[in-house]
Amino acid sequence: MAEFEPKVVAFVCNWCTYAGADLTGTSRIKYASNVKIIRFPCTGRIDFMLLLKSFANGADGIIVSGCHPNDCHYTSGNFHAKRRWIMFKELMDFMGIDMNRITFSWVSAAEGARWAEVVNSTVDRIRKLGPYVSYKQMVNTTVEEEVINE
Amino acid sequence: MARIGVFVCHCGENISATVDCGKVAETVGKLKHVAFSTDYKYMCSDPGQTLIKDAIKEHKLTGIVVSACSPRMHEPTFRKAAAEAGLNPFLCEMANLREHCSWVHEKNEMTTDKAIDLVRILIEKVKINSALQPIRVPVTKTALVVGGGIAGIQSALDIANTGHKVILVERSPSIGGHMSQLSETFPTLDCSQCILTPRMVEVAQHPNITLYTYAEVESLDGFIGNFTVKIRKKAKSIYEKDCTGCGLCTTKCPQKKIPNEFEEGLGFRPAIYVPFPQAVPNKPVIDREHCTYYLKGKCKVCEIVCPTKAIRFDQPDEVIEVKIGAIVIATGFDIKRSNFFPEYGFGKYKDVIDGLQFERLASASGPTSGAILRPSDGQVPKNIVFVACAGSRDPAKGIAYCSKICCMYTAKHAMLYKHKVHEGKAHVFYMDIRSAGKNYDEFVRRAIEEDYVNYIRGRVSTIYERDGKLIVKGVDTLLGAQPVEIVADMVVLATAGVANPGAEELAQKLHVSYDSHKFFAEAHPKLKPVETNTAGIFLAGACQNPKDIPDSVSQASGAAVKVAALFSQSELTREPLVAYVNRTSPPMYSTCVGCFLCQSVCPYQAIEHEDFKTRDGKIIKTVAKINEGLCQGCGTCVALCRSKSIDLHGYSNNQVYTEVVALLNDY
Repeated sequence: MAEFEPKVVAFVCNWCTYAGADLTGTSRIKYASNVKIIRFPCTGRIDFMLLLKSFANGADGIIVSGCHPNDCHYTSGNFHAKRRWIMFKELMDFMGIDMNRITFSWVSAAEGARWAEVVNSTVDRIRKLGPYVSYKQMVNTTVEEEVINE
Repeated sequence: MARIGVFVCHCGENISATVDCGKVAETVGKLKHVAFSTDYKYMCSDPGQTLIKDAIKEHKLTGIVVSACSPRMHEPTFRKAAAEAGLNPFLCEMANLREHCSWVHEKNEMTTDKAIDLVRILIEKVKINSALQPIRVPVTKTALVVGGGIAGIQSALDIANTGHKVILVERSPSIGGHMSQLSETFPTLDCSQCILTPRMVEVAQHPNITLYTYAEVESLDGFIGNFTVKIRKKAKSIYEKDCTGCGLCTTKCPQKKIPNEFEEGLGFRPAIYVPFPQAVPNKPVIDREHCTYYLKGKCKVCEIVCPTKAIRFDQPDEVIEVKIGAIVIATGFDIKRSNFFPEYGFGKYKDVIDGLQFERLASASGPTSGAILRPSDGQVPKNIVFVACAGSRDPAKGIAYCSKICCMYTAKHAMLYKHKVHEGKAHVFYMDIRSAGKNYDEFVRRAIEEDYVNYIRGRVSTIYERDGKLIVKGVDTLLGAQPVEIVADMVVLATAGVANPGAEELAQKLHVSYDSHKFFAEAHPKLKPVETNTAGIFLAGACQNPKDIPDSVSQASGAAVKVAALFSQSELTREPLVAYVNRTSPPMYSTCVGCFLCQSVCPYQAIEHEDFKTRDGKIIKTVAKINEGLCQGCGTCVALCRSKSIDLHGYSNNQVYTEVVALLNDY
């Protein structure tokens, strides 16, 4: 059987991480091709429901990345993203979502090498974790079934 | 029915070396709604663009995906091409096959598969893109320049000379800034006042410039082309129209021992004063903190002696509101002062002074009329030590950056000293000599070779007093870190250039960003050094980082051109990628519940209240409304909105969810 190739979605901001990933390209630094980038104006725009939507559609891992604190093109979008993330992380953890499958990082427009590092470490980690089948099982299990099983 | 066109670019071999472009075009060509798909060697070339334009017309395309390099590179190119073919430019998207795929992956099937996925995502997105129209906003053709130093003066004059109105606001009683304090300027040693004061007078007399001295920016509202600024004109306690500037009041004022800010504390001034003889405007102000009348309730000597009865003790501060279209921030810098250097005894020993104090000592209009005399006893120093990098390039002190001007002015100071005290000895402790600039290095060489200034490469560890002399202990690193001890009569510290104390507050009032040192932040360190991240607000001079006069003047002229370019249009157009509140009809059914959480996160104050009223004027519902002129399209409000009532053009909920679904599902 071929090695498991995880599907990883990256939600990145236009001004820092997207530009940083462009720099990775310009610098010809190689990284795993499992990651596909979806561009947002700002991490502040990233609705964390998108993370759930991604898992529901079969994503095995997710990267969220934006500007370093104080570097936000819109002054404070990344701070709002971070604050929301702190709340949402607790909630997702509580719901039973495997938090090891999400990478939240800051990559600036000057950090091409760092982007490759973030991608590679995330893909390696997800590859070890295997396909995220437990998410589908979790959402497909209805409350009644659980009660009956008990 | 959507009819999408896909154009896969080889970028020479940049993409085709690892991605099978033919296969990408062929595969996506079979997808639903894709009416046309092709690959070509150079899409951005003229024939490539023609290919796109022809296909748009021939196949009646309703959206296109150009699969080439980063949209940060060529999105404007292809959007323009689309527009020329009659397709709304916002119906053109770019898939980044080069930077995000071909350049970063090996040549194999997975790379081509990824390329297909990247194109697919954008095909799905472009299907639901809306045809957007650029936003048009009017322009108020008046500029505000904050700060009346050389940068502000230059900017104001340049803008005024293009025929536009300028309001120049200066915090102190006179324009001129730090440059007016300088004795002579490097690398030409021409007198600072001689070149500056004609400019100051020009500002005062220019028909297009309104000058408000002793005034500060109170608040700012609005957006590019349409700002409203409130300016607080502090009470000068003088009726300016009647004051002739005769100066009688300043000579009769009984308060005479107030440290003079202009003389950097080396001289004194009365409570009613003109900061310096060439001040513009040359009319006094009353310093209410030190005036006997305000402190004790009686005196009024100035009022009695004033021949034109121009003194107004009861004058209030006045706040005026003006409409402006652009702002140039030119608030300058400050230097680190005494308590920052306990090891050098700065503030403790009178004869340890800073660079600006030395400027005043060397200035013909200064407290010593240009004679270099020790502040402690008025003697001519026989041995003088200059310490460069006092605070600068010292991460331990929190200032890791180079203050840029000190190497040059230290060389100048040493020269000025040698020119006035021929038999004196000048020593300079330095880390490196940074003299990049036209005729700069030659200037430093002159100090060393012609004026015999003793340059010692090394830092000073401590300065202390012994028998009325200052002992300067340092090290000479060019002699194998040999300790050096100099018995000096006077020490001049080239203290670090820092942001103005009020910079942070002003930045917050103007909604512009600033760096960790409180210097104003430029929009891009290389390609947008004059712009700030707030559209319509520009930077000039040392408020951005320490700069010398030529750099400040160049940047000031640069900022003026930006303002003039802005004012050359009667209307501004900007990208319509802004947020909007979903409105169902009738509006009272708007899903917005009016919680205004969006308002609290908006960095641009772009969220306004909109009331829905009945015919008799009763408010039935208040919902959020986006001011398109202010919104910059970050989308923080969109992600936050609890009822999903706000959306963002170009990155709508529908679009981003569609992208996710398209990416993860097989086709």
